[in-house]
Amino acid sequence: MAESSTGLKTEVMTLNFGPQHPATHGTLRIVLELDGETVVKAMPHIGFLHRGFEKLAEHHTYHQFIVHTDRLDYLGPLVNNVGYVLAVEKLLGIEVTPRCRFMRVILCELSRIADHLLWLGTASLDLGAFTALLYTFREREQLYDIFENVTGARLTTSFTRIGGMAGDLPEGFEKQVADFTSTFPDKIQEYERLLTRNKIWAHRTRGVGAISAEEAVSYGLSGPNLRASGVEYDLRKALPYLGYQEFDFEVPVGENGDAYDRYLCRIEEMRQSNEIVKQAMSRLPDGPVNLDMPKVMLPEKDSVYNTMEGLIHHFKLIVEGITPPCGEVYQGIEAPNGELGFYIVSRGEGKPYRMRIRSPSFCNYSAFHRMIEGGMLSDLVSVLGSLNIIAGELDR
Amino acid sequence: MEDNLTLKKLKEKFPDYVLDAGEFRDQVYVYVDKRGVLEVLNFLRDDAQLNYDFLTDLTAVDNLGKEPRFEMVYNLYSIKYRHRFRVKVSLAEDESIPSSVEVWKTADWHEREVFDMFGINFEGHPDLRRIMMPDDYPGHPLRKDFPLQGPEDVDYEEMMKKHLKSD
Repeated sequence: MAESSTGLKTEVMTLNFGPQHPATHGTLRIVLELDGETVVKAMPHIGFLHRGFEKLAEHHTYHQFIVHTDRLDYLGPLVNNVGYVLAVEKLLGIEVTPRCRFMRVILCELSRIADHLLWLGTASLDLGAFTALLYTFREREQLYDIFENVTGARLTTSFTRIGGMAGDLPEGFEKQVADFTSTFPDKIQEYERLLTRNKIWAHRTRGVGAISAEEAVSYGLSGPNLRASGVEYDLRKALPYLGYQEFDFEVPVGENGDAYDRYLCRIEEMRQSNEIVKQAMSRLPDGPVNLDMPKVMLPEKDSVYNTMEGLIHHFKLIVEGITPPCGEVYQGIEAPNGELGFYIVSRGEGKPYRMRIRSPSFCNYSAFHRMIEGGMLSDLVSVLGSLNIIAGELDR
Repeated sequence: MEDNLTLKKLKEKFPDYVLDAGEFRDQVYVYVDKRGVLEVLNFLRDDAQLNYDFLTDLTAVDNLGKEPRFEMVYNLYSIKYRHRFRVKVSLAEDESIPSSVEVWKTADWHEREVFDMFGINFEGHPDLRRIMMPDDYPGHPLRKDFPLQGPEDVDYEEMMKKHLKSD
């Protein structure tokens, strides 16, 4: 109970935000304590989209789990696919072919752009800037057409395999990507013209939801949300995987750690990803996509249908699965939202003994209350939007 | 493994607490005595040459049928030196472990998840509640003796009714 200057008594009010609210983009629930319009306390309740992936993994073979990874960060499913198979490949101690490596880099970076585009559209929509959404969805559609052409699906891609990919790049891919990468920098200019120096956008995001570098690290923030606070931590540079050290790109870093800097970081990241895709496309090597490793790779369909050996081989891999040696690995990759890690414990069986998914949204969201407490209720939407919390990844 | 700086320093500094160490695919891990876990973690974070300031992940593994049953796993990373390290602690079934929230704030939610999924208790945690499952959910889903489709004798409709009433 607080006393206002006029002597009138005011009371702290409890407000339930979500689970169904247009600004939560999924099922988030926050219980707020408000003093007037100031947020005194914010307590997020999560778990509405909990599907028990870690438990499911213990009952599936290593290959079967790939489909579940699509449903983690459903804005960039290909990145999750790649992150997961990299962890299993690390467990097996194998390395993929150069062509496969480049394919993965290209698809990951295109996914990152697609993720950031959807984020940009919806985050600005939440703050009333409707136009940006129409612009970003235009380019996102182009990207989803590419994904559809490559994987046959727009969302549930499941395109990676342990030791390779489900298929080679289709015809017309190069032209599609070239069309995209050549025009995309101009499109980013268009978004920036709409928002970067827009007075309302700046007022709604500058100084809102700021978090210091030290605290951001302690809270385990990663990805653009951490870099906006001025910490240069990008796994593509720090512990390169898939040969990212061969590409020439920069990691944008912010200063203030507020919603505006998170926006600037993501905008610049899209530019850099576009550059990586261009470089990778120009150096895309020929050769086989998949490893020639019968213990890991499924045989060609032709040999399964027409030869006895192929059929037995296929049967063994499907029923028993691949059997990595006893041991445990942690492998993290730079997903669009930050560090996506898989910690796998193997006991030499066809199924993982334990699979832990370290999802970026989970850690990013755990610092949310720290960013909003003391702020205004209307800023909550701005902060929530700037973090890009994906419920599928948050709850797993 | 022998030339791993972190391991060398830990063995020097905490000869009583470092129980065992190993390496798989160039990833080094160490088993630490439960009594010294906070000291070790604080040292790993603060030492000028190690500086593990980023708790990447904290989780547990249920080794049902083995003694001790549980294993806590801390995956650490240093932003400055760009290296990783893994600390593990063995726990018996009814044992609790000191909370590491004071060391890294991100441990808060991670420990809540381990509490929810494995039923491991964290001493000194500021807000130890379930995080994914409903508060009155029976059992801990990631334990190995928990059935994949959940316990059979739970009346979910009854549970739902109770929840709707209490709100």
